[in-house]
Amino acid sequence: MGAQLRVYRQKIRSAQTTKKITRAMELISASRIQKAQARVAAATPYSRAVTRAVSAVATYSNVAHILTTEPAQVDRAAIVIFASDRGLAGAFSSNVLREAEQLAELLREQGKDVVYYLVGRKAQGYFSFRNRQAARIWTGGTDAPVFETAQEIGQEIVDAFLRDTAEGGVDEIHIVYNRFVNMVSQVPEVVRVLPLEIVDGVDVPGEAEVLPLYEFEPEADTVLDALLPVYIESRIYNAMLQSAASEHASRQRAMKSASDNADKLIREYTRLANNARQSEITQQISEIVGGADALSGAKK
Amino acid sequence: MAAAQLQVHVVSADNEVYSGVATMVVARTVDGEIGILPGHEPMLAILAGGDVRVTGNDGSKVTARADGGFLSVENNNVSIVASYAELVD
Repeated sequence: MGAQLRVYRQKIRSAQTTKKITRAMELISASRIQKAQARVAAATPYSRAVTRAVSAVATYSNVAHILTTEPAQVDRAAIVIFASDRGLAGAFSSNVLREAEQLAELLREQGKDVVYYLVGRKAQGYFSFRNRQAARIWTGGTDAPVFETAQEIGQEIVDAFLRDTAEGGVDEIHIVYNRFVNMVSQVPEVVRVLPLEIVDGVDVPGEAEVLPLYEFEPEADTVLDALLPVYIESRIYNAMLQSAASEHASRQRAMKSASDNADKLIREYTRLANNARQSEITQQISEIVGGADALSGAKK
Repeated sequence: MAAAQLQVHVVSADNEVYSGVATMVVARTVDGEIGILPGHEPMLAILAGGDVRVTGNDGSKVTARADGGFLSVENNNVSIVASYAELVD
C-alpha cells in the first residue's frame, strides 16, 4: 500500500472515532436538557414566590433595611460568575466570562473594587491561567446543581454583603450566568441582585391607591433579615439551574456541529483515498506494461 | 366575605408541594401558631419549623411540613415558602 493511501486511511479512522465520541456526547446532552428544563420549571414557583414577597416589601413598606436601601457609596462590588465544569460546549463559558469582564471594566470605571466568586472549573481555569485571584471558587456539579450548593454560595455572599467595607465586605452583588431562552438560544445575562434592582411581580401602586400595610411577624427588621438570605439563595439557585440547562443545550449544539464536521472530513478523505488508490493502480499497470514491452523488445 | 377563599401555595426550593383553594390555613410562626382566614390583612411572617395545616374548600385537610421559610399573605393569596417542604399523610 502506498504511503499516501495509508495516511488518508488513518485520517478517516481518526475522524470516525472522534465522530463516535461527539455523537455520543450530543445524544447524552440532548437527553439531559429535558431534565434540566424540568428542574428549572419546578423551581420557578419558589423563586417567583420569594421575589414577589421581597418586591412587595420593597415597594410597599417604608422600613429602612440594608436589603431595600441603596448604600450611599459603593466601594467594592462582587461578581458571581456561573461557568461550566467541562468544556466542549461551544462558547458557553467564554460568553459568561466575556460578559463578566465587561461588567468588571464598567465597575472599575465607576471607581469600585471588584471581587470575584466563581462557579465551575472553566472559570477557575480562566482565572488561574491569568494569575488572578478569586474570593471563593466552587467546582463540580454545574451540570446538575443541587440546592445545598446554592445555599452555600448564598451564605458566603450574604456574609460578604453584611460585612463592613473596611473589613473586606462588598456593597453590591452581581451575578453573570447563561439564561436559557430556548434550545437554540442562550444569552449571557448580568443581574444585580443586591441592592434590589428589579421589582417584578408586583404592580406599582397608583397615586391615589392606599398601600396595603404589611404586617410583620415578629418585626419588620427580623423578617427582612430572614428574607435576605432566602432571596439570594433562590436567585442563585435559579441562575445555577438556568446555567445547567444552557450548558446542556450549548453542548448539544457544539457536538452536533462537530459530528457534522467529522462527516464532512470522512467524505473528503474517502475521496482523496480513492484517488490515491486509483493512481497507485494506474502506476502499477503502466509499470507492468512498460516492463513487458521492454522484455518483448529484448527477445527480438 | 362569605364567598372569599384563600389561594394557597406551598412551595419548596425545587418544586411546588401543594396548591389549592382553602378556607383556613394554620401555621406556626416564630411567635406562635397563627390561623389565617379569608380577608386576612397582608402579612409576612417567619415560619418556625413544623406543620402547616390547610383546610380545603370541601373540608379536606392537608398537612405539609415546612422547614425554615416564611409565610406571606396578600389579597387572599397565601404563600408558604420554605427551602424544604413536603406533604405529610
